[in-house]
Amino acid sequence: MKRAFPILGVLTALLLSYALCMALMPVVHIFWGFTVGTVVHIWGFNVGAPTEQTMGDVQRIFYYHVPSAWTAFILFFINFGASVFYLIKRKPAADIVALVSAEVGVVFCTIVLVTGPIWARPVWGIWWTWDMRLTSTLVLWLIYVSYLFLRRFSSSGQTPTLAAALAVLGALCVPFVYFSIWFFRTQHPQPVMGGGGSIDPRMLHVLLINWLAFSCFALLVCWSRYRLEKLQRDVDQAHALESLLDPRGSAR
Amino acid sequence: MSGNGYLFAAYTVTWIIHIVYLGTIVSRYSRLQREIEALKKK
Repeated sequence: MKRAFPILGVLTALLLSYALCMALMPVVHIFWGFTVGTVVHIWGFNVGAPTEQTMGDVQRIFYYHVPSAWTAFILFFINFGASVFYLIKRKPAADIVALVSAEVGVVFCTIVLVTGPIWARPVWGIWWTWDMRLTSTLVLWLIYVSYLFLRRFSSSGQTPTLAAALAVLGALCVPFVYFSIWFFRTQHPQPVMGGGGSIDPRMLHVLLINWLAFSCFALLVCWSRYRLEKLQRDVDQAHALESLLDPRGSAR
Repeated sequence: MSGNGYLFAAYTVTWIIHIVYLGTIVSRYSRLQREIEALKKK
């Protein structure tokens, strides 16, 4: 298992660099292209993502915004699975997986909520609108932030159980967020995959590569965070044991 | 701000969020290492 960590790290770094190159290549050429050269420019236009005709290069935010959303949804589903498993079996490892996936999921969901308005401003002319997709995503984010607050500030022995119950309820919001653009009239565009949406195959290719890279990155961060949380619990246990063995010493 | 300005703002903010989060993980890890060292000394 320990050997897999650096392998996953290298794979993530390679995938991220490749994905970013494909997503940004023509724009990178505009800014720093004189150092990279014309070859990269040609490669960028042929292999990388083409520029969208209506929105121009600002549409490239799509290659961060959408993969971040998909990765956050996957992490919230992992959180849901681990929480259900914890409620049934009471395994501490499942509790750690639930905590870690929620934390990293919130990071990716924050990126979705930040990049969305930055993309909306030049395209829609507004930073934010209270339509169903945007509002439900904000509510989803708030649910998982409250989950993390509960984990952070409650020291009761029942905290993991309460958090697992909250996570199960929070996960019910994920399909609602995803399908909200199918069932409600919203400002947000229709989904690019399924639901009648269409996308240039080169854009789809870059999007999927970016998603794979983001998923690998999320997995790597989750792994590191899992090891850290496990170590933290071991240290807490050692502190508790120490105070039991030497109560006067711990009181000082 | 031009379209490219928004694009780079989005990319910069994304990586700042990731780097800040990774920074918190690293600081928590180093604090834990200090706690482990302190426990070993006792």
